Amino acid sequence: MALSFLIWLPLIVGGLAWIMERQVKGSGNWVNLFGLFAVLIVVFYCWSNGMSELSWNWFTRFNIHFALLLDGLALILIVLTLLLAMLAVLVSWQDIQQNAGFFHFNLMFSVAGIVGVFLADDLFLFFLFWEVMLLPMTALILVWGHENRRYAAIKFFIFTQVSSLLMLVAIIALAILHQQQTGELSFRLAELQQLTLSPSTAYWLMLGFFIAFAVKLPSVPLHTWLPDAHTQAPTAGSVLLAGVLLKTGAYGLIRIVLPLFPAATIEFAPVAVTLGAISILYGALMAFSQTDFKRLVAYSSISHMGFVLLALFSWHELAIQGAILTLVAHGISSAALFSMAGMIQHRIHSRELGNMGGMWSSAPKMATVTLVFVMAGIGMPGMANFNGELYSLLGSYQVFPVQTSFAALGIIGSAIYGLHLFQNAFQGPANAEVADLNQRELTFTVLLVVGLVYFGLQPHILLDLTNANLMELLSVAAKVKGVSP
Amino acid sequence: MDFLFVIPLLPLASSLLMVLLAGKLTPKLVALFGVGSMTIAAGLTLWVGIDFFTQGAVAFNQILFNWLPLTSAPLNFALYLDQLSMVMLGVVVGVGWLIHWYAAAYMYTDKDMQRFFVYMNLFVFAMLMLILGDSLVLLYLGWEGVGLCSFLLIGFWQHQPENAMAAKKAFIVTRVGDTALMLGLLILFLHFDSLTIQNILSYSNTELPDEIWWACLLLVGGAVGKSAQLPLQTWLPDAMAGPTPVSALIHAATMVTAGVYLIARMHPLFLQFEQILTIVAWIGALTLVLAGFAALGQSDIKRVLAYSTMSQIGYMFLALGATAFDNAIFHLMTHAFFKALLFLTAGSIILKMHHEQNIFKMGGLFKSLPLTSSFLLIGLLALVAMPGTSGFFSKEAILAATWQAQTAGPVLWGMGVLGAFLTSLYSFRLLFIVCFGEPHHPTDDKDYSFSSQFVVPLLPLVLLALIGGFIHLNFSLVFGPTDHPHLPLWLEWLPVVIAAAGAALAWIWYFPRPRSSESSGGLNTFFETGLGFDWFYDRVFVRLIQGFASINKNDVVDKFYLLLAWLNFRINGYVVLTQNGRLRWYLLATVAGGTLMLGGLLLWR
Repeated sequence: MALSFLIWLPLIVGGLAWIMERQVKGSGNWVNLFGLFAVLIVVFYCWSNGMSELSWNWFTRFNIHFALLLDGLALILIVLTLLLAMLAVLVSWQDIQQNAGFFHFNLMFSVAGIVGVFLADDLFLFFLFWEVMLLPMTALILVWGHENRRYAAIKFFIFTQVSSLLMLVAIIALAILHQQQTGELSFRLAELQQLTLSPSTAYWLMLGFFIAFAVKLPSVPLHTWLPDAHTQAPTAGSVLLAGVLLKTGAYGLIRIVLPLFPAATIEFAPVAVTLGAISILYGALMAFSQTDFKRLVAYSSISHMGFVLLALFSWHELAIQGAILTLVAHGISSAALFSMAGMIQHRIHSRELGNMGGMWSSAPKMATVTLVFVMAGIGMPGMANFNGELYSLLGSYQVFPVQTSFAALGIIGSAIYGLHLFQNAFQGPANAEVADLNQRELTFTVLLVVGLVYFGLQPHILLDLTNANLMELLSVAAKVKGVSP
Repeated sequence: MDFLFVIPLLPLASSLLMVLLAGKLTPKLVALFGVGSMTIAAGLTLWVGIDFFTQGAVAFNQILFNWLPLTSAPLNFALYLDQLSMVMLGVVVGVGWLIHWYAAAYMYTDKDMQRFFVYMNLFVFAMLMLILGDSLVLLYLGWEGVGLCSFLLIGFWQHQPENAMAAKKAFIVTRVGDTALMLGLLILFLHFDSLTIQNILSYSNTELPDEIWWACLLLVGGAVGKSAQLPLQTWLPDAMAGPTPVSALIHAATMVTAGVYLIARMHPLFLQFEQILTIVAWIGALTLVLAGFAALGQSDIKRVLAYSTMSQIGYMFLALGATAFDNAIFHLMTHAFFKALLFLTAGSIILKMHHEQNIFKMGGLFKSLPLTSSFLLIGLLALVAMPGTSGFFSKEAILAATWQAQTAGPVLWGMGVLGAFLTSLYSFRLLFIVCFGEPHHPTDDKDYSFSSQFVVPLLPLVLLALIGGFIHLNFSLVFGPTDHPHLPLWLEWLPVVIAAAGAALAWIWYFPRPRSSESSGGLNTFFETGLGFDWFYDRVFVRLIQGFASINKNDVVDKFYLLLAWLNFRINGYVVLTQNGRLRWYLLATVAGGTLMLGGLLLWR
């Protein structure tokens, strides 16, 4: 019961914020902030007794349930979502002037959708939330985006729609296959896992899901919506997009693709892993080519998500742990960099690196925290991203040494684009005079720094929480490998 | 010894504290934090050292906390102290402390002094993680950490674009090596299922698979990047853009020798693959000769010293390749003494010349700066390995070991001797041009005396540069028993004679005479630009990537989707034609369609 509040509450809060904002200007921020805090408390309440689930009959005719499941992996990602949503609220405190109420509502609406995706235990429900989170995000880009927002929003929408259509087909096919085998339709993940699929069927169905998730992740060559969407989105949108929306793709891979089609994914793994390695290198190279702060960070996200793809399809314990660590680490570091981009844009009304330069002299605090975020992003040991990369590489290397060796070259690539970004913005002759971080900004950037360092030195908590998920995956894999060595 | 962890903690804490108090500290307080933390650390190091040696120098492991829970072998954040890391600890903290002290005076008037000491202290912390880390991951943490601090300190005066360029170059070139190191770690983990150094080394007596050969080569790749050896040496001369104490600490005494430490630390693996050791020896020999030639062409005092550093580290690599690991570390130590001294005296000179670094604009400094010039002379004498000085003992040991080693041999020994000749040539060239002849700078400057802060920190270094060779290092528990080869007398003394010949030639060529002028032949330019490596890398790598970046800024993959969109619009354009609202078209279409259908039906039957 309480579990379903995780979805209703953000919606209610969003509506409240919309109404309040109309009455008192600026109050929507506070409503959202406290609302998110309340949701966070509900999450911990739900988790207080460990894993919790809920299942209500919904469309009994089709055996569709309103089924939610909160386990370790979902918990981590939901908490990340809520914290980054708070960051999104904080970072755009004064940015939104027009339709502020509706903006607050959209923000919470997409939070509800994302949380729903992480909680859904029924594929129909999963698909529903998958679509739900798309709409407010498109609205955020379309209404409050930057100069080229219409193009970016439509591109984002079409890419996600077309790919999720493939997923819908695959979901329905699975349900019908279940009916053929047991006489009853089913959308429950656990039940679908019992299906016996012929290898070719499994392969095609897996591809349907894979493409949907690879677009969201994104993986080269399905990535081109992302730079536009990130660049044009308002800062809050970018924070959510990079911080958690991309993670739904990886989450889908962990939650649906790997356990449902273990044999097919092992067969497909060389392709996926190669795509991952290409994403890492191509993303890094493209990041270096950019002169727009946000676009650069967007391409760096592609590079980082390549590690996740590489790691997940390696089907190795360490690698999967690495993917999970990377999800959290990249969620924090990329959201942090997008917030920095937002703050800079708020000050100099430009995202072009050419219009920045030498900002260290006028804004040393801003420069220092950006340096920390950049260094975290390029995998400085002691910070969260490094652990993710190390685990991914250590694990993947055992299975795919060639692809992993190429992927490791991303370490050089990240240094090149990271320094390109940092030096052009903050070093060199002073091009732009900016105001340094104010108290509000300093508070949340310092919290982000603390988070990155904390998970850099103590990744246990993340690994312990997701251990059950990992063991389940590995047992699935062991079964498959046992049958067909 | 339980206080071991406090030694790295002190500079880290001081660094963080100074970040938190940014802009709130007076220069005096900054110096107190920055130098004070190092002073306490040095005292503790002495204490730990005494403790360590009185307990028989047995290895000591201190686990701080659990870091990475790798399933097979949980990785701790743990420190490991043995004879090797004890010597390194002494060098890093001891020399580092003196340089911090000097730097406090050097940077006192800089408005960003606080930022400077944040980086310096952070550097010491990272360096200590590198040498004390008990796992390769912790070593890698230090490895990357020192790289970051090096980047920040080279680009310390960041408003000048060329400093930022140099910083970027240093970071990226060394990152190439770091990536090799990371790949090496992956291979080692695959085979040993552990990243703890002692665990890995415990397997080294067994038969090792061939992949470890690659792992060793990749470790050498990492070492080469950090220690500025061929082919990743190009960043070091440019790194001189940083403040001079930085060059002394990072780019002479400590960080650049990390590669030597890495190979010495992992030596049991290398001993299994003599080929790799031969490669290491060749890298060292080639680098020391190449850097010697390059040093001859420099006109910037710091660049001369930078190439000299590169060349001396070449000797250390030569020693590693000749399996004389203890001699490599011995030379690392003496080099830290005299090169730190050289850089700091150079810093004093540069300060008095109002930040002029061109040696041809100095001249006659023995008259105006007698004390500093004598320090410079002492440093240079140690550098050219004059008998009795510290450099003599370590370099002689290396050359003797090279002659006899199976993995090295007389050819490499010959290159080492050639290197000694070049060392002597460029050292005396530097000395003659800087300290003798007519002054080429305004001499009316009254203020040629230094405050004691500039002199006192140098005194221990002067002493160590002179007599540091008598320090007896014992590595028997790390490197095993070593036999000190005894060569024929003439072989032992030949390098000294050759070096003396170099000094004589330098006197003939470079001693300032009224008619002498800067030589600027083609060869000289070739030497000055570091023998063309920069040019080559620029053409092959930098331009390639930049070219790609400028061509593909708009992402060629996107073109495919744009094409799809364009096609849709075109098809849309044609399909729209069917609904143009003209009755004639509709009628025509109806008739044509009807005819087609009917005709089709008729034909089919």
